[in-house]
Formats: sequence, structure tokens, C-alpha cells
Amino acid sequence: MSRVEIEARLREPWSELETDPGTAFARQRDGATLGIWIFLASEVLFFGALFLTYTAARLAHPEAFAAAGRETNIVYGTLNTAILLTSSLTMAVASQAAETGLFRRLTLRCLAATAALGLAFLVVKGFEYREDIEKHLVPGAHFALDRGPAQIFFAFYWLVTVVHAIHLSIGIVLVVRLTVKGWRDPDILAENPQVEVTALYWHLVDLVWVFLYPMLYLPGRSG
Amino acid sequence: MSTTAGTTASPTGLADPDELDLRLPVSYLADGHSVRSWLLTTDHKRIAILYAITITVFFFIGGAAATLVRLELATPEADVLRADTYNKLFTLHGVVMVWFFLIPSIPNTLGNFLVPLMIGARDVAYPKLNLISWYLNLGGGLLAVAALLAGGVDTGWTFYVPYSTVFSNTWVSLTVLGVFTTGFSSIATGVNFIGTVHLLRAPGMTWFRLPLFVWAMYTTSLMFVLATPVLAVTLLLVFAERTFGLPIFDPARGGDPILFQHLFWFYSHPAVYIMVLPAMGVVSELITCFSRRKVFGYTFMVYALVAIAVIGFFTWGHHMFTSGMSPYAALVFSFLSFIVAVPSAIKVFNWTGTLYRGQVGFESPMLYALGFVGLFTLGGLTGLFLASIPVDVHVQDTYFVVAHFHYIMVGASVSAYFGGLHFWWPKITGRTYPETWARFAAILMFFGFNLTFFPQFIAGYLGMPRRYHVYPPEFQIWNVLSSAGAAVLAAAYLMPLGYLTWSLLFGERAGNNPWDASGLEWRTSSPPPRRNFFGSPRVQGGPYNYHPEGVAPVHDQPRLPSRGSLT
Repeated sequence: MSRVEIEARLREPWSELETDPGTAFARQRDGATLGIWIFLASEVLFFGALFLTYTAARLAHPEAFAAAGRETNIVYGTLNTAILLTSSLTMAVASQAAETGLFRRLTLRCLAATAALGLAFLVVKGFEYREDIEKHLVPGAHFALDRGPAQIFFAFYWLVTVVHAIHLSIGIVLVVRLTVKGWRDPDILAENPQVEVTALYWHLVDLVWVFLYPMLYLPGRSG
Repeated sequence: MSTTAGTTASPTGLADPDELDLRLPVSYLADGHSVRSWLLTTDHKRIAILYAITITVFFFIGGAAATLVRLELATPEADVLRADTYNKLFTLHGVVMVWFFLIPSIPNTLGNFLVPLMIGARDVAYPKLNLISWYLNLGGGLLAVAALLAGGVDTGWTFYVPYSTVFSNTWVSLTVLGVFTTGFSSIATGVNFIGTVHLLRAPGMTWFRLPLFVWAMYTTSLMFVLATPVLAVTLLLVFAERTFGLPIFDPARGGDPILFQHLFWFYSHPAVYIMVLPAMGVVSELITCFSRRKVFGYTFMVYALVAIAVIGFFTWGHHMFTSGMSPYAALVFSFLSFIVAVPSAIKVFNWTGTLYRGQVGFESPMLYALGFVGLFTLGGLTGLFLASIPVDVHVQDTYFVVAHFHYIMVGASVSAYFGGLHFWWPKITGRTYPETWARFAAILMFFGFNLTFFPQFIAGYLGMPRRYHVYPPEFQIWNVLSSAGAAVLAAAYLMPLGYLTWSLLFGERAGNNPWDASGLEWRTSSPPPRRNFFGSPRVQGGPYNYHPEGVAPVHDQPRLPSRGSLT
């Protein structure tokens, strides 16, 4: 990038560092990456506390959790796992392509594919929710399973999948935002730290699902 | 400089208004006067002022609730309040004081203002995130106040389940949502400070040249980032159980209420250190300045801050000794709670060591700082009583516990907040305040505080339980003393509101470095310009340059002024 281009992309407070624009731009990039990593550490504790709650409840009621786990739809769950893992691949390619600054069309296509896969996940999740509601798997007076602790499993199921879906929706908005920006101005994504920041967030949301899949869909199904 | 053309055109040479204009940048306060220039600012100093205004409002809301509580407790019978009103008032007091005053108090006002100045930066690393953080805090606070106006909450600030989820008919969900929202403001601030300290230190400002206040903000930020999300989840579970009927903690369906307590205290014990580490940072700055000595054992002060932040994460179980936890778990938590006292004691010894043969002055910020050391020591020592399981079982849920944590959170943290406010007031506002009034308020606060809370140690040790609006008549003497103290304390808290407001309007202009202090924040104008410094700061030595390295204390001599600039 030329000096003018770099200076146009510097934001406060990095634009006021007493160094040459190239160094300042590298520091700005470090700032974006460091910031998102710290935030992800916070997110790990957020989901970690949820996983801990699940673990404690499952240790207390292993049979009820196995029985409840068999009621989830493993087809939808597995399909969604495949979709989300693929989206992480496209996101990683987009991030690497943007970093080199050479493959602008590839970056754009991969970002669009990531957003589409994210939406596909939500659509599948929607079908799954409809089925769950029809099967009366919502805790409360009409709950289908008779065991008390099975309701705790499904309380956890609903809460954690909704929280995950909210995280994913935020991720989709961020990816769509980058896609639109890149579509309008093909140069803007090259070496742009926002792509890496979005990618790191996306991978975390994916990683959370990698934990959720065995916790929600596999209990009671082994052996 | 001004143009010479203007000077020659005027016969006197003074008629040209530009002649004395040094073209210095205007201060951050004069840089825009519209409401928009404040509400959409990304200047860390203006955001600090916004935070200062909101936390002051919340401080007086929480204080009003405490006043009513103390008024009710003046007699053993119920005369002013009914039982449920009393429950709602102490809950309001706790929720507002913890999340909307104490947690943001020092980090978001003094920290926001000073961290970039102290490390020689132009702003924090993520200025927009900083502004968002204030809006999140304000939004959360408004939700909590809305819950108060709608009818209040009666669960206590701890929201213990199953009472908060199954039984309480008050506005728990709205309050929980408010606290949840403000939690994100803490996380945003934490991310910001960590990023700022890592990436924006001026050339030469190495990690072990950072002022202890910056270290305190850094360690506090680690706790913000790693503890607050656990609170967020815990409150989310309470919210989901109340609002959507998702029974995670419901014992009737096999849920575990004790699990809630573990999660809650995993946040709320570190939260105590979120409140006191910044106070320790402030006091380290004040004591070194007003005794004209380098901080004794600087590196150990740093290690102690880090050790408190780390060990503080593993002591939460001492809030739950009577919950039926395994005796082995209780033993480990008890041991760790004793261990965390070691770095705290190191800090007290080092503050005392800094005073030793220093040229101690008793300016108002120093009075607050000395008050802090005394009250923190007393609060910390009674913490050791509570870390010991047999004593804790005896005084669990009594006023002994109330007195203990008020010594730390109010006695120590609020004293340090006021001390820091007075110390940096000339820098923040560019005005000086009436020193006699400030000293009087500091002394009044110390005595009012002790009169309020020391009797509670005795009442609690004798067995008076907390959270009741009526009590056996034999405890009345201690409660009358305490309520009388609360009146003195209220007066002491109102005084700074008066004279500091006066100083804003009529105070004399402050110099750039009225205390002869050594930090980088004093190497710019008062108040500083938008970009903080006129040149580019470069740091060439360690902090607290009050005397040459390794020089023994001088006594029986006039006080040494500061040796001037580090830069």
C-alpha cells in the first residue's frame, strides 16, 4: 500500500503515534488482534461457566441426561456441525487471502460463502426448534419426558443453543458487513485487520459448537 | 507565535490580541461546548467526566437507601419501614453501590482519565469502545433504577436462588438485566486498558517503570475480563429461569442452588478485588508523593498486585462455608483465603516503609490515603477471622460480616476514591479546592466511618443477624452508635459535593504540578489538551523520582521538592 493509503486507514489513537505510518499501521493491526483475543478470553469464561453448569447437572443425573439426550435430533445436529466446520474453512481462507492482499475476488467469495453457511445453520436450527416444540421438549407443564432432571437438560439445551445462535447472528452481521464493504471497494479488505478480527470471533463461535455437539446430541447414544 | 505584522500596525504594540497567543492547544474542557461534543466524544478524559457524573448520581441513590436503613435500625422496633420495604432498600443499596458505584468508581473515572496520561499516550487503544462502555453502564443503571421505581427488588444484592427464581414477586428480571448490561461495560473497559497498556506506552516506558496506579488498573482489567463473563452467565440463568421457565437451579426438578452460589461468588469474590486493587493503586501514588520518598519495594508492590489478582480467583468458597460444602473443599478455600492476605500485608508494610523517615505532609489527599491504610488493615485483619472456618461459622450472616466488607469496600475503597479525586482534581479541572474544608471532610469521613461500622463488629460478634429490620433490644446501643455515625458520614460525603462544585466555579487556577509530583500526568497543562501532551513524551527513568536512587531519607530538613521532569 502507498503511504497515502496507509494514512487514510489509520484511526485514532494510532494515527498520532510518533512513528512512520507503516509502523503505526502495524501497531493498529496488533491492537485490533490483541483486543479481540482479550475479548475471546472473556467469552471462553462465559461459555466455560455454562459448560461447568452442564457438567455438574449431568454428573448429578447421568441417566436422565442420557434419556433426554436421545430425544434431540442427531441428524440436524450433525448436519449443522458439518455446516459450521465448513464455514470456518471458508472464513479461514478469506482471512488468509485478505492478509496477502492479492486474492480480492477469492476473499469476497469466501466471505459470502461464510455468511451463507452461517444462515444455513440458523435455518436448520429453525427446523430443529420447530420439531422440538412439536415434541413438547420445552420445559414446563407440557414437557414430554416425565423425569424432573430431563427438564434441566432441555433448559440447558434451549438456553445454550439460543445464546450460541445469538453469537452466530452477530458473526453473520459482521461478515455481511465486510462483504458489502469489499463489494463496494475491492481494495478495502486487503491487509485489513477487521477481517482477521471477524475471523477469530467466527472461529470461537464454531469452537463453542464443537463442544455443544457432543454435549447435546451424543449423550445416551453410545453403546 | 504571533505575526509581527500585527504588532507593527499597532502603535502601542499591545493592541493586537494575537500577540500573547502562544498557539497552545486548548484544554480538553474547552475543546467543544455542545452537548453533542460530550455525548459523542471519544476523548478518554471526557468519558471519565461522564462516568464521574453518573457514578456520583448512583452514589447518592445508594446512599439515600442506606440512610433509610440506618434510620430504621435506630430502634429495635419497626417504626419507619415495613419489612418488605426494608428488604427492597438494602437490596437497592447493595446493587447500586456495588455495580453502579464501586466497580466503575476508580477504574472508569480516575483510570480512564489517568492511564493514557501516565503512560504517555494520546488516548486509550479503542476510543469508541470506551464511549460504548459508558452507554452500557448508563443503560444498565437506568434499567436497575427503572426496577426500583416500578416497585423494587427484595432478594439482596446476591440474587440467591431459589428465592430469586421461584419465590420473589419483585422486579428481579429487570434488575438482573441491568446488572448484566453493565457487566459488558466492565469487560469493554478491561479490554481497553489491557490493550492500552500493552500497545501505547511511550518510548522508554517499560513495564517496570509503570506507575503502580497503572499496574493496579492492568490487574483490575484482567479481573474485569475474566470474572465478569461468569457473572453474566449466572444472571442469564436466573433471568431464563424466571422469564422463560428454564429450570437450571430449581431443586424441585433436581437443580442445584449451591451451584448458583459457586458461580456467583466466582465473580463476586474477585469483584471485591476489582474494588480494592484500584484503591491500592491510588494510595501508592498519594503516599509516595506526600512523603517525598520513592515507593518502598516497587517490584514487590507490582508482584503483590498480580498475586492478589491471581489468588483472588481461587478463594470464592469462603462465602459458602455454611452451605454444606465438603470439609476438604472448605479447608482448601480457608487456606487460600489466608494466603491472599500475604500480598495485601506486603502492600501495607511497603506503604509504611515508604512513610518511614519520609517528609510526610498532611495535605488532604494524604489524609484520605492514611485513612485508607488504617481502615484497610482493620478490614483485612477481620477478613482473617472470617477465613478461619470456626469463627466464620459463628459470625456467618451477622453484622460482623457487614462491618468487615464495609471496612474494605467503603472505608478503604471510597476513601481512596476521594483521596484520588482530591489529588488529581487540579489536573482534571484546572482548579484548586479549599484545602481546609477538604482536610476537615477527610477527618470527618474517617471518624464518621469508624463510628458507623466499628459498633457493627461488636453487635455482629454478639450475634446480631444481618438483613432484619427489627432486632432484640440488647443490640440497640450498638445500632444507635452506628446510626449516629452514619449521620456524620453522610455529612462528610456531602461536603466534597459542596466545596468541589464551588471550586469548579470559583476555585483558583491550578498550576501544572501543584503537588510537585513526579508522574507523567503532571508534565502537561492543567487541564490537559485533547491530545494530552504538547510534545512527544519519552521516559528516561523509573517512577517516583522524589530523590536519587539509593539515597537515605533526610530528616530535620525542609521538605524536598520533586526533582522535576522524567521526560
